[in-house]
Amino acid sequence: MEEKEKKDIFETVWKFFASVKLAIFLLIILALTSIIGTIVEQQAEPSKNIALLAKFFGDAFAPTVYNIFAKLGFMDMYGSWWFVSFLVLFSINLVVCSLDRFPKTLRLVKTPLRPLSENGIKSMPVKKELTIKTSLNTARDEFFNALTASGYRVYEASGNGSIQLYTQKGRFARLFVYVVHLSIILIFLGALIGIRFGFKGYLNLPEGRASTVAYLSPDKTIPLGFTIKCNWYDTQYYKGTDTPKEFQSELVIIDDGREVLKKVIEVNDPLTYNGITFYQSNYGMMENAAGYFILNISSGSGQENTLRLKYGDSFEIPGTGIKGTISDFSTALTRDRNTGALTTYSEMMVNPAVAIDFDIPGEKKFKGWILRRYPETGILPGGNSVKFVDFWGVEYTGLQVAKDPGVWLIYLASILMSIGLYICFFISHKKIWIQITNDRDHARITVGGSSNRNRLAFENDIEKILSRASKAIEERSKK
Amino acid sequence: MSSPVFFDISAGAYIAAMIIYIAYLVVKNKTVGIVATAITVFGFFSQSTAFLIRWINSFYFWTASHPTSGIIESTLRAAPLRNLYESLIFFVWSLILIHLIIEFKYKTRSLGAFVTPIAAAALLFIDVSGTSKEIQPLIPALQSNWLLFHVLLSFLGYAAFGVSFGAAAAYIVVTTESRNEKTYIFWSIIIGVFLTVLIGMGIDYVSLSTTQRAELIQNYFLKATLRSSSGGIAAISWIGSIAFVFIIWRFGYGLKKVLTGLSLTPDILDDITYKSIAMGFPLFTIGGLIMGAIWANSAWGKYWTWDPKETWSLITWFVYALYLHARFVGGWRGKRVAILAVIGFVAVIFTYLGVNLVLSGLHAYGS
Repeated sequence: MEEKEKKDIFETVWKFFASVKLAIFLLIILALTSIIGTIVEQQAEPSKNIALLAKFFGDAFAPTVYNIFAKLGFMDMYGSWWFVSFLVLFSINLVVCSLDRFPKTLRLVKTPLRPLSENGIKSMPVKKELTIKTSLNTARDEFFNALTASGYRVYEASGNGSIQLYTQKGRFARLFVYVVHLSIILIFLGALIGIRFGFKGYLNLPEGRASTVAYLSPDKTIPLGFTIKCNWYDTQYYKGTDTPKEFQSELVIIDDGREVLKKVIEVNDPLTYNGITFYQSNYGMMENAAGYFILNISSGSGQENTLRLKYGDSFEIPGTGIKGTISDFSTALTRDRNTGALTTYSEMMVNPAVAIDFDIPGEKKFKGWILRRYPETGILPGGNSVKFVDFWGVEYTGLQVAKDPGVWLIYLASILMSIGLYICFFISHKKIWIQITNDRDHARITVGGSSNRNRLAFENDIEKILSRASKAIEERSKK
Repeated sequence: MSSPVFFDISAGAYIAAMIIYIAYLVVKNKTVGIVATAITVFGFFSQSTAFLIRWINSFYFWTASHPTSGIIESTLRAAPLRNLYESLIFFVWSLILIHLIIEFKYKTRSLGAFVTPIAAAALLFIDVSGTSKEIQPLIPALQSNWLLFHVLLSFLGYAAFGVSFGAAAAYIVVTTESRNEKTYIFWSIIIGVFLTVLIGMGIDYVSLSTTQRAELIQNYFLKATLRSSSGGIAAISWIGSIAFVFIIWRFGYGLKKVLTGLSLTPDILDDITYKSIAMGFPLFTIGGLIMGAIWANSAWGKYWTWDPKETWSLITWFVYALYLHARFVGGWRGKRVAILAVIGFVAVIFTYLGVNLVLSGLHAYGS
């Protein structure tokens, strides 16, 4: 008695989760609720969303509405208990639906095709009848060949003065909808593994500095297990424009006191070590950092030197008597269009320039600006030149730091889903029966077929097979 | 001739084809239909030429700033699918391609009257959205091999969904038997709003070309009417639009009469709707969602961040998944699934344009 009741409850629950209605309901709910999080900015400063809400509800009500929305989890809704619950229900629904239907489909796929009665053939969705002047065996041979040529493996049954050819193709395609369903579950699993065993952090690393941790939030760190150092950060621009061409940092991994890896990373080309990946994500200037001016000086006689100088430092180009003192710096130098005066138009290092007070023997002292992106500004008389290589130590590179041990599962699921969808939509399960009956000196052909998808293409297939066979029979009769 | 000339020729051809396709619906004369198809094919070849020329020009543009880049890499980076302008152009190209395939396969010309207006809307939008037509340098975020495949497949998918929208809208029009049906209100409002926006953009276009503006116009979309800075014009436009939708609702039933007697049976329309979605769904899932996620992961270390673009793609995906399941296992038939196909494309438009115009996110099309 109790057993039976238990079974009933199980069956009710099973039926509930196996129902297509639930699937349809969940798809609608997920689609509709997802919209909320695209309008209300997620994990944002409250003031931002209050300002947004004020547009709809007025300044007086906005804070109240905000509080209600926040209680409902709208401010971080994709992680809210109710949205996650819908996703969990969706997964259960997907699994139970698939388990519920899979055996039936498997039986359908595994059951061998059987010959049909003539009436059975005539009741197929695609049907054709024709009579050809030929013998039963010739007709049988040529239809057999035509089917084989179209890639069908043909079975045969013969009866009283008649032969039936029957065949099917693409039946395994019916199983691939489950591959797609499985891939969705694998994506959820991959995401869970990533959340549980991985992390998403960031790290702002100044040029020349090293770190052993990444940040999950301003006051929460996570150890890396090794040291990462930034040698330099650099933004490259397209010539003559301020459109960035590349954001690059040179990173070094130091493990156990040894330098084990060095790589210049850029957007779309990260560095991975010990399962932790560093992505180029932004950059910025540090406040009150004393940087070094890296200058490359060369004399007309071919002597070259790279110098590392501080603000106010002096240098001399060897063998020339040319002296220079660093006297000014601009992050982005330009000439004002109206006044013609030199000004700085950005606090970022868009167009860095260093001013040097030159003292050249036999000439008047002068101040020259050397622009990093325009090396021709550093050419001095007599084949001497000063190249402004970098103002080093004032920028930091903004790195996304991620460890995701679940990502391989996401990739696997992606491949499965792609294959599954392709087969599911572009390969159909086709069945064809051809009954050939001897009718005095004629053969009466009855063709019937069905396809679970793309019936138009299937009808063309059948047309092709029929015309191929009839042509071959005609050829034979001529001989 | 240069690429813009071929683009302009194709845009003109598509708009002419739209008018002739609509005329074909009314007069039902075979010659008119053939002319519509011929003009569309002509426009398509012109646009393909323009697309190739732009690709080649972009190739040289890229190699000029990246002299060490190899042929394959340069070809991938030069694919003209990098900003809103190029993607809209490619959307129109895909839409016409899929439309022509269906026209030849199903031997029906009438669908053109429902598909070419979508192309015309996209073309008008290019001109009023203030999107730059110049070949621009490729920003670092877009310098990835995924760019070509992600955008190419997504937009083929979008175009297939566009065709399904046209077919589903036609299906609802054909099968709605009386003006009292709810589906009549649905289709008359959808078509009314679509035409309102189309006309609104037409007015934008005219007002843009008649007023000489010195500054670069950023997003002129519906600025001449509904979004006018003058409150009076905006108010009149809104009243006018509502009146226009009302007129469509009041007198639009004639469209059904126009459509009956054509080769467009509800069965064929239903089949085209399904086929386009069956083609678009895998393309969109693989190209849009999966490749997008893999690219995001290789660029930022996060394959899914619930940013508005991603979320709206997922919403679109939910709607089409709903269509497929409702139709195949849920036993939904006819107008109910056709409505889903219409809603699906509204979600596509929002994913594609709405997110960029209204919401913010990582997909700022390089701006």
